[in-house]
Amino acid sequence: MTTSTPISQDEWKFTAKDAALRPDLFFSGHRACAGCGPATVLRLIMKATRGPTIVTQATGCMEIVSSIYPYTSWGLPWLHTAFENVAANASGIEAAVKAMQKRGKIKQEHIDVIALAGDGGTYDIGFQALSGALERGHDFLFILYDNEGYMNTGIQRSGATPTGASTTTTPAGTVQPGKLEKKKPLTDIVLAHDIEYVATATPYYWKDLMIKVRKGLEIKGPAFLHIFAPCPRGWRTEPAKTMEYSKLSVDTCIFPLWEVVNGKRALSTPSKIFQLSPQKAKPITDYFEGQGRFRHLFKPENKQLLDQLQEATNKQWQKLLKQCETP
Amino acid sequence: MSGQEKSWKELMFAAVSPKPSTDFLTGDWKTFTPVYDKEKCVGCLQCAMLCPEGAIIWNAAAGKVEFNFNYCKGCGICANECRVKVISMSMPDKEE
Ligand code: SF4
Ligand code: SF4
Repeated sequence: MTTSTPISQDEWKFTAKDAALRPDLFFSGHRACAGCGPATVLRLIMKATRGPTIVTQATGCMEIVSSIYPYTSWGLPWLHTAFENVAANASGIEAAVKAMQKRGKIKQEHIDVIALAGDGGTYDIGFQALSGALERGHDFLFILYDNEGYMNTGIQRSGATPTGASTTTTPAGTVQPGKLEKKKPLTDIVLAHDIEYVATATPYYWKDLMIKVRKGLEIKGPAFLHIFAPCPRGWRTEPAKTMEYSKLSVDTCIFPLWEVVNGKRALSTPSKIFQLSPQKAKPITDYFEGQGRFRHLFKPENKQLLDQLQEATNKQWQKLLKQCETP
Repeated sequence: MSGQEKSWKELMFAAVSPKPSTDFLTGDWKTFTPVYDKEKCVGCLQCAMLCPEGAIIWNAAAGKVEFNFNYCKGCGICANECRVKVISMSMPDKEE
């Protein structure tokens, strides 16, 4: 394991105006659907970079929409790779940069390496490459944008799809109420690799997201950021409500925001409120409402499942609170 | 393949996309257009940070935001998220 000093939040202070004036390195003119959550996520990530950066991205919707020939939406060196191996690609880039620095071929002190993948490229297909890269301790930031399914290929289930969600491979109907299995606890698996920095973020809380990207880049060694990014197409939601769902995912404790620095887990401000005053947390139905993929859960025959999901969310939240107390 | 043999060192590194996507205007995708009450905008920039298109620009001199309709896809996120609710989505033809 590599060692590094923790970074406090106030070492990188900025206002909304500073952020707005930073150049958009993820360009306009990309072909994402109107109201795309991951597109905002990429804009925010790119605004948070600190200098020379190389991005490598696994196949996925955001790779497609940003690189339709002859156009590119990337204002920095960007390399596409297959679903399986974005973390291996990032490892190679990082090793090459180090070797070239040693030989004096690259003068810059830092060249940041970011690996980007969706939930398909992280939870499922790209998982072994990710685990390997974390174990080898490469200095890079892996960013997962999680829209809970294979949306680009037609909304199939993935390891990230939550219980009860209807997808084209787990259609809700008379046989089953959407996906039966649980969402894979990926961040916990990543944490078990004992890396320096792991955090969760969602675009509604854009400042929190940008600070976490920057921290992940500044920390030496592997860092992992799990970003929850609503997908209006796959979730069957109104495009205008994308950021509302991003906020609701935190307000219902379905996707709590936290970070782990040097083995210590702490809730981030937007989620801390619900630790201090639990009565402020909203019921999960507030988040499910209006999402086409969960529509069937409101039918009387699925009431029991809905209650079970609320219970599971409460349990998960209590577990997280304990983890924050005792690392 | 052809008889002309190239060594790997002569090949291109990778396929390169030669044009920035800013050359590709997505503004004509929209059905609804955001319209706002510029006077009432408090310049909080919530809309600009959350727009997926980067279509909301900060005009520092005026202390207000401006829309770039070349890229705006009319998703309505800005209208939904504006802190003081000064943006609304309208169907341009019907307005006139
Ligand atoms: S309608 Fe959507 S794309 Fe257009 S400016 Fe508002 S947030 Fe951006
Ligand atoms: S969110 Fe509303 S008040 Fe804030 S900058 Fe945008 S238009 Fe102005």
